[in-house]
Amino acid sequence: MPVAYIPRTRDLYSDFTPYRWVENESTPFTPLTKPVAECAIAMISSGGIMYRDQPRFHREDASYRRIPIHARPDELSVWHFGYPTGDAERDANCVFPLERMRELEAAGVIGRLVDPAFSFMGGIYSARKVRDELAPQIVDELKRAHADAFFLVPA
Amino acid sequence: MEEAGIPTLCMTSALDITRSVKPPRAVFVNFPLGHQTGPPNQPELQRRIVTDAMRAFAAISSPATIVELPYVWDPNDRTWEDTDYTKGWMPVAPSREAADALEAERQAKFRRE
Repeated sequence: MPVAYIPRTRDLYSDFTPYRWVENESTPFTPLTKPVAECAIAMISSGGIMYRDQPRFHREDASYRRIPIHARPDELSVWHFGYPTGDAERDANCVFPLERMRELEAAGVIGRLVDPAFSFMGGIYSARKVRDELAPQIVDELKRAHADAFFLVPA
Repeated sequence: MEEAGIPTLCMTSALDITRSVKPPRAVFVNFPLGHQTGPPNQPELQRRIVTDAMRAFAAISSPATIVELPYVWDPNDRTWEDTDYTKGWMPVAPSREAADALEAERQAKFRRE
């Protein structure tokens, strides 16, 4: 059975005002205009991934990091307060499947993996901050990179 | 992103949250949080999950569709479903001093290289 995370979040933070999950009534939808095998695909992870000496994330941090797609596993580290990061520290591909996406690019499953990939620390209380501050910057990044599609991996 | 004309696909391991948020395209894997694209050091399984996700990207044609992948975390042990995201589930956070020391060490390591 899938875990019911909404009531568990309520329990876990029972000392606080109940968190209001975003409830969207409608969903914007842009069709893919070409096969995935021809698409430039950008990737982002909310798992709190950092490359080399990029600054660490902090709580309520809506900044993001650019991760070169040819980063070696030992050049990546993880900081996030909202999930146990041990496995992601051992292998970032758990929440940031950079090596796997490079393999899919090499195998022709996707057209191209957009360089750089992106990461932020998803434990941000304010959905408004994500929507109005973080998301527009990422849209600009993707437009500059001529990304055809966007792959999001939460953590 | 979608309003800016960029199609998106979102992995998820939290079905109820995803049903509430209604992202344009979602792929659900029933794994513990922190493993949305697979367990550590299992590249084959990770590759299958990400490949399935890319297939779903092409296949989903209507908004707010959630494709559920059949992968099972551990067929012999489902206790994680009871403990995930409950009190005591997070490892104890290091003290501020310990965290700052770890961060300084990371910064120094990459500056040296």
